Amino acid sequence: MAVFQLQQQWVDLISALFREEFLDSQFTQLQQLQDESNPDFVVEVVTLFFEDSERLLNDLCSTLHQRVVDFKKADAHVHQLKGSSASIGAQRVKNVCVSFRNCCEEGNLEGCLACLQQVKHEYTLLKSKLEALFALEQQIVAAGGSLPTM
Amino acid sequence: MGNEAIEEEEDMDILSSMWPDDLMNAAEKQFNIESNTGRDMLEDVNIVEDPSVADFKRLVELTSYSEKGSSQLAYLVKSWEYKQANAARLLNEELSILSKQRQEAEIKKLEIIEAHRFEQEKYVGNKRPISILDEVYDIWGAAPKRKNEASYNNNITIDAEYDSINYWKQRAILLEKLLEESIQREQALLQKLQDNVNNLEKQSSPVDELSQILKRADNYLHFILQTAPVVMGHQDKELRYRFIYNHFPKLAEEDIIGKTDAEIFTGLGVKESQDLKREVLERGLPSKREITFETELFGKKTFLIYVEPVFSKAGETIGVNYMGMDVTDQVIKREKMAKLREEIAVQKAKETELNKSIHITEETMRAKQMLATMSHEIRSPLTGVVSMAEILGNTKLDAEQRQLLDVMISSGDLVLQLINDILDLSKVESGVMKLEAAKFRPREVVKHVLQTAAASLRKQLTLEGHVADDVPIEVIGDVLRIRQILTNLISNAVKFTHEGTVGVNLHLLSEQYTEGSKGYLEALAAENASSRLTIANSLRNQSYSDQEMLTCSEAKETIQNCDDPAELSSLSFEENEQPYEKIVLLHCDVYDTGIGIPEKALPSLFRKYMQASADHARKYGGTGLGLAICKQLVELMGGHLTVTSQVNRGSTFTFLLPCKVPPKQNSCGDSDGDALISDCEVPDDTSSDELSGSFIFKPHSLSSGFSLCGSVIHKSNLCSNGSLCTSIENSRITEGPRSYSYSPAEAVSSNFDTSQVSRDKNDDLNEVESFIRGADECHTNSGSNISQRLTDSICSSTEGNSCGSGECEVSCRELKQEKEQRAKFTSNGRPDSSETNLQPKILLVEDNKINIMVAQSMLKQFGYKAEVVNNGLEAIRAVQSSHYDLILMDVCMPVMDGLQATKHIRAYEENGCWDASVACLDPLKIPLDTEKCRKRTNIIAMTANALEESAAECLAHGMDSFVSKPVTFQKLKECLQQYLPC
Repeated sequence: MAVFQLQQQWVDLISALFREEFLDSQFTQLQQLQDESNPDFVVEVVTLFFEDSERLLNDLCSTLHQRVVDFKKADAHVHQLKGSSASIGAQRVKNVCVSFRNCCEEGNLEGCLACLQQVKHEYTLLKSKLEALFALEQQIVAAGGSLPTM
Repeated sequence: MGNEAIEEEEDMDILSSMWPDDLMNAAEKQFNIESNTGRDMLEDVNIVEDPSVADFKRLVELTSYSEKGSSQLAYLVKSWEYKQANAARLLNEELSILSKQRQEAEIKKLEIIEAHRFEQEKYVGNKRPISILDEVYDIWGAAPKRKNEASYNNNITIDAEYDSINYWKQRAILLEKLLEESIQREQALLQKLQDNVNNLEKQSSPVDELSQILKRADNYLHFILQTAPVVMGHQDKELRYRFIYNHFPKLAEEDIIGKTDAEIFTGLGVKESQDLKREVLERGLPSKREITFETELFGKKTFLIYVEPVFSKAGETIGVNYMGMDVTDQVIKREKMAKLREEIAVQKAKETELNKSIHITEETMRAKQMLATMSHEIRSPLTGVVSMAEILGNTKLDAEQRQLLDVMISSGDLVLQLINDILDLSKVESGVMKLEAAKFRPREVVKHVLQTAAASLRKQLTLEGHVADDVPIEVIGDVLRIRQILTNLISNAVKFTHEGTVGVNLHLLSEQYTEGSKGYLEALAAENASSRLTIANSLRNQSYSDQEMLTCSEAKETIQNCDDPAELSSLSFEENEQPYEKIVLLHCDVYDTGIGIPEKALPSLFRKYMQASADHARKYGGTGLGLAICKQLVELMGGHLTVTSQVNRGSTFTFLLPCKVPPKQNSCGDSDGDALISDCEVPDDTSSDELSGSFIFKPHSLSSGFSLCGSVIHKSNLCSNGSLCTSIENSRITEGPRSYSYSPAEAVSSNFDTSQVSRDKNDDLNEVESFIRGADECHTNSGSNISQRLTDSICSSTEGNSCGSGECEVSCRELKQEKEQRAKFTSNGRPDSSETNLQPKILLVEDNKINIMVAQSMLKQFGYKAEVVNNGLEAIRAVQSSHYDLILMDVCMPVMDGLQATKHIRAYEENGCWDASVACLDPLKIPLDTEKCRKRTNIIAMTANALEESAAECLAHGMDSFVSKPVTFQKLKECLQQYLPC
């Protein structure tokens, strides 16, 4: 596939991500941070985010399935997740985290479980999309092209 | 029936004697009553004729002449006749029965005599005939039964032999006896009949009966009316009373009968009732009306009066009957009710109104909140856009691209400005806006604002400023807001001015002293947000010759603002110290020679979203919010903003601000100050520099560009220092702040010949102008004339600023607040100066790995490195072992949150020791140079929720500012620019 087409695909994909509000301007900030001295910055941060989030989601899952649910603990986890998702601009994940935290504060277990489900869903969706995006990037780079500027 | 009446009458007569005589004799008594239930009602009534005062002659007349009277009479007669007829009929029937019996008896006698034949004859005559009325009127029930009936049926028993002489004899004797008996009976009956007839005659006079009936009716009436609050009466044609029954007798009979109302009473309502009666008389129709009387006899009473006409048989009215009922209480109640109802209605109306306005207010608040939220939401992405555009501007672009980008950035800036305005406005309106009350130097503010305006000036305009010498050096207030007001007004003026001048004029309008100095000050400082008085804003107006002096004075000022209060006080100039709190009213004009404002547009000028005209809006752009914000801010500070303008001549915006002057530092330096200043290596001329009168930015100075500024600034510093130094020595003589002129020649020549300079006040401007012209010479000259001490201090200050280029320095300064300046320069004036060229030390306190990565990476982009710790406690440990220029502190962290950590650090900075809970356990770790560590470190909160409360909380815990998360380039850049020396 020609580099141009790949680039086009990449642009389409990332525009869709922004349009569908998977990502917000904060992600752009990350992209800004990526330069020659730090060529894989976005991937690094996002990978870190994936690792961190998976750990947090697991913790959350087990916390919420305890017999006596420690909402404070859950809230702390969600806070973390919210912070990191905000930092990379994962808008939809962050938004769910906001309502998740409300549920935690209310001690609303049902709401928490629903939010957990939702946040998992959003996270998986985002992960697959971003992975696709990164895969495209790799292809572009492999094909000798450079990433288009947004 | 008649009998009954008689009986009752008899009863009554008997009973009436039971009542004590005196009771009955009492003339005023209407009724003598004892209600004994269980008896005939009328038995209880003892009627005394008194209450109903009557003219009996008239009554007779009435009964015979008035229609009503005659009909009543007719009725009575009729009922009497009926009763009489009934009684007569009964008697006749009885009579006929008796005569029949007699006939029968006679016939029998004849038969017996003539037949000579014994017949066992039974008395066939049907018992006693009974009147059909008997069953109905059992009046005969008590009549004696015939006792001789048995005799009819007696079997005549004769002992003698039948048909013998003896037999017949006996029989004849027997029959004779029977006949005799019969005759006797008949006679008895006749006698009885005669008795009855006599009796009947005796009692049957119709007048008697009638009067009986009338009396009964009268009695009943009295019984019914005895306690009713009514007055009844009859009045003749002339409205003279003929009869009155009055429940409220206050007048004797003779007072009333034969008199009219008007003759009896006087007062309110009498005439009305009289009129009513007259009307009824004339129209012949009954009428009802409520009349309120206010007479001496009864006081205020309301009567419901019914009047009906009385007609003669011929149909003429011959008088009126009237009846009045006392309804005073009811009327009062009714009126009360009406009043209550009215009140309720009013209340309800008010309530609805209130509800409506509450609703509206709520709606408005919601709308405002919505607007604020929206604006906030819009701002974040927009900053992204603008900052990215700026970053893009740093890349290689061709001319066209750059032009497009410029448009983009300026549009973005415009929108940002608009949103900021909206946010400000909604903050002020919702009362969230809090005012700081901190010491600041008004001259600095004017300087900065003018400088900023000059920097972005794209027109050939002269910017000038004048500060009267009576304006205090330091006042207390919210410097940011005051700066905002000034900036707004000046940029407004610049916008609408195409040639000529835009200027600021500041002077003191009045001053007064209030009781209690320090305590009062502290109290005010404590309630800084709400206090309006504390907004001391004396703006110092220095005539700027180019941009030189300002930097210098600022540098010096920052030094003088060193944060140790003790030092400050020693530095301070006790000359004007007084036990009173001084409040000054500052008058600030911002004038221009622009297009002016038409008079009709003036009233709406300060309204939101209003511009002088739609035309202007198109031509000049802008949101129309600026002036509204200015006005609201000024008013929030207890001041007043007005405008005067002439079309095509220009406008002048004037605001008055009440300001408080800090008690100890309102005078200029003296020799003591000098000495101390030299100790701390602070140039002593700071204070006097503050007094420098005016500054002017000429158009040509702009063309020289910023690149020149740096060098110029430094030189001019020296110059001003020199001249100022001299003036200080003089300041001892004159009280209070004053301005100095800077003719370059003078400045040079009089560097140490102070007396000459200090007195020249009036010529300020001219001299300043000349100063400007000769600025360059001045630099060199003054430089050479300045003492070594001063040079040192200036060096230190300029070093402190450590700016490579003038541009940088200027832009940095614009952003700075005095607080930071204070922080930057320690009391001894220079420790940082050696470091400032090195990397500033930044501590990043954050627990989220991703956030750390992003923030670090961003800092790297700006050329900074940061140490990272993961929670508040670690941050404290880090601060214990080293000094940082800036701490970026996450608020929400495990172990210890950012607020706590900040509190501990601030406490340490103030007290010099750590709270026991976080005290450093390892004594070796305690930094040797405690003094150094006690500098105030800038702490910036990084908070996830940028709500006002959370920001306030951060500030309350001693943080300097906050950055909302996620951290972006723009936010970080602003923050770093503000808090780090560049």
